[in-house]
Amino acid sequence: MGEIEFIQNKGLATRGAQPELVEELTTLNLGPTHPATHGIFQNVLKMDGEKIVSGEQTIGYIHRAFEKIAERRPFYQITTLTDRMNYCSSPINNFGWHMTVEKLLQIEVPKRAQYIRVIFMELARISDHLICNGILGVDTGAFSGFLYLMEKREEIYEIYEEMCGARLTTNMGRVGGMERDLSTEAVRKIREFIRTFPPVLREFEKLFNRNRIFMDRTVDVGPISVERALSYGFTGPNLRAAGLDYDVRVMNPYSSYEDFEFDIPVGKSGDTYDRYMVRGEEMWQSLRIVEQAIENLPEGPYYADAPEFYLPPKADVYTKMEALIYHFKIVMGEIDAPVGEVYHAVEGGNGELGFYLVSDGGRAPYRLHFRRPSFIYYQAFPEMCKGVTLSDAIIIMSSLNVIAGELDA
Amino acid sequence: MLSNQEVAEEIAAKFGDSVYGFEEPYGLLTWSVTRDNILPLLQYLKEHGRFSLGFLTDLTGIHFPDNKGGEFAVVYHLHSFLNNFRLRIKVFLPGEDLHIPTATGLWESANWMERETYDFFGIIFDGHPNLKRILNIEEMDYFPMRKEYPLEDATREDKIDALFGR
Amino acid sequence: MEPIKLVEAPEGHSGAGFFATSFDKVIGLARSYSLWPLPFATSCCGIEFMATMGAHYDISRFGSERPSFSPRQADMLMVMGTIAKKMAPVVKQVYLQMAEPRWVMAVGACASSGGIFDTYSVLQGIDRIIPVDVYVPGCPPRPEQILEGLMHIQELAQNESLRRRNSEEYQLLLESYNIQ
Repeated sequence: MGEIEFIQNKGLATRGAQPELVEELTTLNLGPTHPATHGIFQNVLKMDGEKIVSGEQTIGYIHRAFEKIAERRPFYQITTLTDRMNYCSSPINNFGWHMTVEKLLQIEVPKRAQYIRVIFMELARISDHLICNGILGVDTGAFSGFLYLMEKREEIYEIYEEMCGARLTTNMGRVGGMERDLSTEAVRKIREFIRTFPPVLREFEKLFNRNRIFMDRTVDVGPISVERALSYGFTGPNLRAAGLDYDVRVMNPYSSYEDFEFDIPVGKSGDTYDRYMVRGEEMWQSLRIVEQAIENLPEGPYYADAPEFYLPPKADVYTKMEALIYHFKIVMGEIDAPVGEVYHAVEGGNGELGFYLVSDGGRAPYRLHFRRPSFIYYQAFPEMCKGVTLSDAIIIMSSLNVIAGELDA
Repeated sequence: MLSNQEVAEEIAAKFGDSVYGFEEPYGLLTWSVTRDNILPLLQYLKEHGRFSLGFLTDLTGIHFPDNKGGEFAVVYHLHSFLNNFRLRIKVFLPGEDLHIPTATGLWESANWMERETYDFFGIIFDGHPNLKRILNIEEMDYFPMRKEYPLEDATREDKIDALFGR
Repeated sequence: MEPIKLVEAPEGHSGAGFFATSFDKVIGLARSYSLWPLPFATSCCGIEFMATMGAHYDISRFGSERPSFSPRQADMLMVMGTIAKKMAPVVKQVYLQMAEPRWVMAVGACASSGGIFDTYSVLQGIDRIIPVDVYVPGCPPRPEQILEGLMHIQELAQNESLRRRNSEEYQLLLESYNIQ
């Protein structure tokens, strides 16, 4: 009996002598190869228990020096770089670049080529958003949605393949138009996609949109106000989710976007759920545009009459003297690009994708700067995940849809 | 709707000699401004009731090695969503004195864009909260986007001059 | 539906109630059909890996059902995408953390040789820092190609002697990469 009392007394004594509890923050290194970040980003987070107090990002883990390479490449070869920038929606990047050069050269592209571009840009937007929303599902714990959506993305890739033979790095455009016309098989596949995609997307939305678990995980997670979003340079779906209807396709229409009827979905609070919903609705709108474009596809040539800049078709190169000469001149860089500077923006998968091109009249750009939306808005990530739990931070990141290739250039 | 003429006239009247070189390449109003006046100018444009050029679209640098006294340029692209009006402003800097005030006080987004410009060109943004390399490794001892530096990886041995024309 | 095809037993001696073969063959067989990949996806090829993982191409048909994001439990490192010089120490670290036997697959032109990015910031092929077993060309490779690369690794795993990792030759190889 006495022994037990002794222990109790001792316990009390030591407890009194213990130092006061100090609040200490844990440093957590998230990345650069963390599987949940879908790419190469490093975040050094200061954690208070499970809550994030602050974060510091390190980027540049796949910096490939696009802008330096661009200074050595002729205009028509730069698509290899834009392809690999936002690799989830490369046709948008490629056509954006082609339109920039066309703006510099003041080439008017025929309507048919513009419509074909619109079709592929909108398909690319769908495939971009499919990945983003599918992955968001995976991160909230639902793998099956992702599997369904990837199956549809394969069909988009098959349409690309019909057009250019490649799935991901789709070099189907040229300065001045398209490399080839839409084949009947491609038209059939696009029509087939328009027919079969809505049921799948509807099913996916049924699974997620009003799902209790999904909403609990995403509503009011990582909200951002319009003012902060603008200060951070948000554009695209992320800005629209915050409540501002800025869309380059409407404000500065390019490639005949003014011909199509579509709505711009706008969110309210800029939280993860709004970003998800805006992307979901954008897919429907993109599908609408594709449908209009394929139904009203104008007849006519698919490339502009600009022989000094448009790479002639291969059949002509082998059979016609003139085409061979132009081919040689373009490839060897003996073209006269005007001196000047031009900024052209397109609505990429993640926002305003801008090309600032300075030409000194040579075969390659003197300076080419890409305004990469992911690079600019990813800065807001530490502010957005302040005070949330680690698992929410992952969801915020995947709903922002930061693409490593676009981030690091 | 704003016209280029209107904006240019008002800015020229307000800022006098410090703004110069007005032009409209491909319809985009462009001018240059001296280093000391860049921040007041950006602030004026941002807070102007009618122009409301409140969105920093892009910020980057360019190297002109042959342009003596203005070897480097910092280029700002502004956008007004209300008027759907875009604008380009350049600041030329001499090669030996690459300092320019930071725009991070006006836009959060300027932070990384300035870091990128520093990383590529070595332009120092005075007052920037965290001016260090962003894309390249910290140990890098040069600024790769300057024209005098080569593109290729210098450690490669399999690319011989005879085959690759170096 | 066709009946499920089981793997064939390796060569050996069988009689009433027993089957005798060598450890090499049994272990090789077992390893090759349960290779756990560590997808080290950095860029474009990672998107093609997503397709390989998805229902259409389905990498799990080859026993790589479980992508192991922890290097400790992974058998195969799949490096997919450009490795910048900033990233190189991380790749090496991941490789060092893997337990033997480990195989490395360089997926895509960038991981194999630097690809089109012959620039100051990109590592010119991961074989400069870690030994590579299989190279998959393409920019990016199609999912079928990635699967073929996996099948090549399976073949390596099946035919590898159990003593190979202890051999002097292998130690010299690692030493040439400054490993161990």
